Amino acid sequence: MSDKKPERRDFLFTASYAVGAVGVAAVVWPLVDQMNPDASVKALASTEVDVSSLKPGNTITVLWRGKPVFIRRRTQEEIAEARSVKMEDLIHPEKDEDRAKNPEWLVMLGVCTHLGCVPLNDKGDYDGWFCPCHGSHYDTSGRIRKGPAPWNMEVPKYEFVNANTIKIG
Amino acid sequence: MSDHEYTPKSKAGKWFNDRLPLLTLANHLTDYPTPKNLNYWWTFGGILTFCLITQIVTGLTLAMHYIAHADMAFESVEHIMRDVNYGWLIRYIHANGASMFFLAVYIHIFRSLFYGSYKSPREVIWIIGIIIYLLMMAAAFMGYVLPWGQMSFWGATVITNLFSAIPLVGEGIVTWLWGGYSVDNPTLTRFFTLHYLIPFLILGLVVLHIWALHVPGNNNPVGIDIKKPSKDTVPFHPYIVIKDGFALLMFMIVFAFFVFYAPNILGHADNYIEANPLVTPAHIVPEWYLLPFYAILRSVPDKLLGVVAMLSAILILAVLPWLDTSKIRSAVFRPLYKQFYWILVADVLILGYMGAMPAEGLYLLIARVATAYYFLHFLVILPVLGLKERTIPLPLSITEPVLGGSPNMAMAKKKESKLE
Repeated sequence: MSDKKPERRDFLFTASYAVGAVGVAAVVWPLVDQMNPDASVKALASTEVDVSSLKPGNTITVLWRGKPVFIRRRTQEEIAEARSVKMEDLIHPEKDEDRAKNPEWLVMLGVCTHLGCVPLNDKGDYDGWFCPCHGSHYDTSGRIRKGPAPWNMEVPKYEFVNANTIKIG
Repeated sequence: MSDHEYTPKSKAGKWFNDRLPLLTLANHLTDYPTPKNLNYWWTFGGILTFCLITQIVTGLTLAMHYIAHADMAFESVEHIMRDVNYGWLIRYIHANGASMFFLAVYIHIFRSLFYGSYKSPREVIWIIGIIIYLLMMAAAFMGYVLPWGQMSFWGATVITNLFSAIPLVGEGIVTWLWGGYSVDNPTLTRFFTLHYLIPFLILGLVVLHIWALHVPGNNNPVGIDIKKPSKDTVPFHPYIVIKDGFALLMFMIVFAFFVFYAPNILGHADNYIEANPLVTPAHIVPEWYLLPFYAILRSVPDKLLGVVAMLSAILILAVLPWLDTSKIRSAVFRPLYKQFYWILVADVLILGYMGAMPAEGLYLLIARVATAYYFLHFLVILPVLGLKERTIPLPLSITEPVLGGSPNMAMAKKKESKLE
């Protein structure tokens, strides 16, 4: 077989298979991609939240893209606790300064990075959040400290539109 | 297929059968030679067929009233329960039917493990069975999401998030599965579509499962090859039909008990609260039939490895015919395997219990030991045991241990050929 010289017919076979494969892929892709987020889902990209009523130590949860977002006005002790942690003690090292540009405000997705449950407020061994599903503990900066979750809770893109309003997304 | 040629008696029957040999198939199924020593553990194939048909019939009728929309699904299920004529009955049969289906399939699988039914020449039957089992889990999981209660929503969130453990493409796959950035209406509608599709895929695989079974014929409690047809077999009809029918009646009593007296005992109260994406229930547990695998998932402290361990626990079953090196099928003749078999049964039950308990302290420790033992059983004990174990001599036929055959092989063989 191997020392047989390629013929015109072999070329025809290869060319037919190649065109056939491109055709199948062109048909399959729309059927696969229709399952991705549609235009109306993508359009709901940002949410504005009034945070004027929040006192230090309080958290509100708002819905953004179908997911809960925690907005916490942190107390001075919580900020101090979050900033005193050594980087080598962290599972997913991130500085609190990078996670909360304005130290008083912590804005993050309230979604456990393990399997997507919503962690509970003011619970756990590190005074932050505790996920009841599989026991992940987060600190006052929303960083994973103990348990199966691999990463810190995600900080979404957000900005202060004015002193009282946060725009997420 | 049967060895003998079949000709329908009537002229019309012959005319039809020459064009589409359905009557030949029916004749094969009724005359199918079956080992005469099959015990009641062999009746679960028939029971499972009943379960599948029950789920399809009740599912079709529920689909006439259910609305697959995030805003209306929960209410439409309550509407079925309160307003639709006999809606409560149909839904309770469907919901408990899923549990009964898994109860039967676990007995069916463990029967196969005890009597070595997965061994040569029945590997393909076994692998098709494992694929059916995987599809059953997918169908059950998606069906549980449809009422759009709290457990539906958070179960869907946790299970779909398992895919996020895949490096690099994981997050993209999860978004693709959801059709959004969280479990929402697009997720519900596609789950409904797939939940509707899968039972028919299972039906097709069941046909292949039975077809593959009818090539070598049934295994039996003695686990030896038998001649078919011979004095060791009986025709499927009426002998096995009646036995299967009686077992099915017993099974239906258990089924009816759950439907009429404890319809919610296997469910979770949180699922009567409508889905709320802002609040996770304090304690998320899957349905009972997935608990052993859930315990394995939680006993591994790393996310990716936990998912890998859980999937391996199921997929390891597919290669079982090659992990078990023993040529002897039935545990009756394997004194050591018989003990390890019961330890495995206990191990899986322990895993199931730990899956229902919070993942902490002593529970977590026990779950870890049980997970390690589960893999030890399949990866170390079975391969080594097949090579080391001293088995009990096999009888020459099914009849021999009953009638007392001659210990002399030549004599016994002579006797057998005379009787045929």
